[in-house]
Amino acid sequence: MATEPQTTSPRQDLMALLAQASQSELDAVIERFAPLPRVEDVRPAEVGLCMVRGRIGGDGSPFNLGEATITRAAVRLNAIIGVSYLLGRDPERARAAALIDALWQDTAARPAVEEALAPVQTRLTALREVEAASTDATRVEFFTLVRGED
Amino acid sequence: MYVAVKGGERAIRNAHDLLAQTRRGDPEVPEIGIDQIREQLSLAVDRVMAEGSLYDRDLAALALKQARGDAIEAIFLLRALRTTLPRFGATLPVDTGTMRVRRRVSATFKDIPGGQVLGPTFDYTHRLLDPSLATEAEPRKPAPAPKKSAQAKAAQARAAVQEPSAPPPRVVDLLGDEGLIEPSPPDTGAEPPDLTRAPLAFPAERETRLQNLARGDEGFLLALGYSTQRGYARTHPFVGEIRMGAVQVELFAEELGFAVPLGEITLTECQMVNQFQGSAEVPPQFTRGYGLVFGQSERKAMSMALVDRALRWQELGEEKTAPAQDAEFVLSHSDNVQATGFVEHLKLPHYVDFQAELDLVRRLRAEHAARGDSEPQDEPTEAAEATP
Amino acid sequence: MSDISQAQASLARGFNDPARDSQTAFRALMYAMARPGVPRALEARLSPPAPLTPELAALALTVLDYETTVWLDPALAGEAAVVDFLRFHTSARLVTEPEAAQFALIADGSALPAFSRFAQGEPDYPDRSTTLLVAVSSFTDGPFQVEGPGLPAPVGFGATPLPADMTQRLAENRALFPLGIDLVLAAPGAILALPRSVRVREEA
Repeated sequence: MATEPQTTSPRQDLMALLAQASQSELDAVIERFAPLPRVEDVRPAEVGLCMVRGRIGGDGSPFNLGEATITRAAVRLNAIIGVSYLLGRDPERARAAALIDALWQDTAARPAVEEALAPVQTRLTALREVEAASTDATRVEFFTLVRGED
Repeated sequence: MYVAVKGGERAIRNAHDLLAQTRRGDPEVPEIGIDQIREQLSLAVDRVMAEGSLYDRDLAALALKQARGDAIEAIFLLRALRTTLPRFGATLPVDTGTMRVRRRVSATFKDIPGGQVLGPTFDYTHRLLDPSLATEAEPRKPAPAPKKSAQAKAAQARAAVQEPSAPPPRVVDLLGDEGLIEPSPPDTGAEPPDLTRAPLAFPAERETRLQNLARGDEGFLLALGYSTQRGYARTHPFVGEIRMGAVQVELFAEELGFAVPLGEITLTECQMVNQFQGSAEVPPQFTRGYGLVFGQSERKAMSMALVDRALRWQELGEEKTAPAQDAEFVLSHSDNVQATGFVEHLKLPHYVDFQAELDLVRRLRAEHAARGDSEPQDEPTEAAEATP
Repeated sequence: MSDISQAQASLARGFNDPARDSQTAFRALMYAMARPGVPRALEARLSPPAPLTPELAALALTVLDYETTVWLDPALAGEAAVVDFLRFHTSARLVTEPEAAQFALIADGSALPAFSRFAQGEPDYPDRSTTLLVAVSSFTDGPFQVEGPGLPAPVGFGATPLPADMTQRLAENRALFPLGIDLVLAAPGAILALPRSVRVREEA
């Protein structure tokens, strides 16, 4: 993640990617593993809130900024629990993300999951590039006009 | 005093039906979609999210549609909805230093590491109505970044400490490196107070004040911020930096034992830099006012930063002379849902209260008339004093 | 790794429909509190790890969240599966000192710790006390007589297992009013509350 300078675990990287993937992208990944063994909804997808915090001055003492909607889910697949927490209200997408998290934790399936997710990363990277270019076009150089001595 | 009133069920139901019909407007005109509101009235959506204190673009768009575009009514709808949802936790404090900026300007330094980026702004527009928007003409595509001039390249080289895609450093840190500006209050590890859990009490610490301002009414904060500029608690503000863009939000999941990235939200941050005379202990230096708001909401972030700074008079040993410095006044009146509730309740039936007032005035008039017959008139203030 | 896998393989599921199921349990709890000593039906469709009972688990999933603190009695704290279950489904903070807990989960009613070990509330905030949620195996109509707010006439109640000095404990708790702890007993299929406001006598 370009916006994540701290070290993150591979599973956090996966979750960051899943959080930004669309329903159809997630479905396409799950499709590859069809037919799935029995999936148990350990925690049926649920919509709730999280309190978003900021810091005074950007880097100081934390304060509560306001809430955001989130959806979470947990499933069990082959005795592995997959968990998801996503911004927004989307139970289906949360369940799909939890499923992929469970698949990914199986080290045998991991390369296939990552390969299946590659198009999501490609799409996001392209999107960021377009955004960066259009933003960069508004970069400005201000000149101070010297008015001479009084 | 509240006295229950009965009746009017049918009239109320019919009024709500009429409201729904009026909201829809001319049925010949196609119905507006939530996606259209979300994408094309995005700043209205941002305002509803910020003051509704709930980040959800689709819900804010739906609320705006239902409220016929009335921002405060839409904000009320979001506030009501949030009370029905469980809270799963609090996020790690967002790091605006890692923001993927879409806009970033400074009014204090023209050459800043990372450069100035205007982004999608109304600044420098001519405020001329554009008739082409009344048609369905395609907007002009934003130009790609031009080939860099030698001068721009030099500027880039000066800022080359960072790779181009890396987030730009904070402008206030440039002053901080020289010790010319106060540092941010340190993170003590204490849980920040939460207005949605414990009601506002005074004195309110800065964390509480900022939460209150972040969800406060934009117009109210704008007026207060403006008042400080016009001399009611002057703070000599400069915009150190405004940045707007996407930040990652992370939630620590107890069952996983690590922070889960939830996705990205758009925030606007304003670092106001204010002059400070210094005191016996502290040499003259710059102080800061801080604004942070959901969505793209620059006016709000700036107003918030101005008011935040004004409210710090006591901590900085300044004199309290103006409304913007009065925490009790500012924080108690900033919430537009509370304010509209109390103002608008006046139109609801007050028949019993008013009967009592009416009886009182009649009695006072009778007494007044009786006195007029016998002796010279009393001071007219008596009626006001006699009101319970 | 094998520990984690084992925990994952055995983690019991929580409420099927979190919003509705917790509302149902909350409603039962509310009515139980309003009518002290009177059992209130609670159908808990949960299969939590023992010694957590379905009813105790339903109460826990209803009242606990990431902002609450909970103390577990040794019977519960000793079971890793119970701790995992509660952590996963409630995110509540587990505390080791009973007086730091807003809620206490007790699987063994006969080994009920002394009430004085729990938070008793503060004069300005009597609600800052511990609520004890205790599993019992059954309710009976005696030998206790309960009276107090919410009860037009005294009602008889009993539960097993409870400590022998229950009447005295409840009397001492009543004497602290408005401070003191609140007690909720959970038997199979029903719950019963003994808030701090009740007076309890033992029938001869």
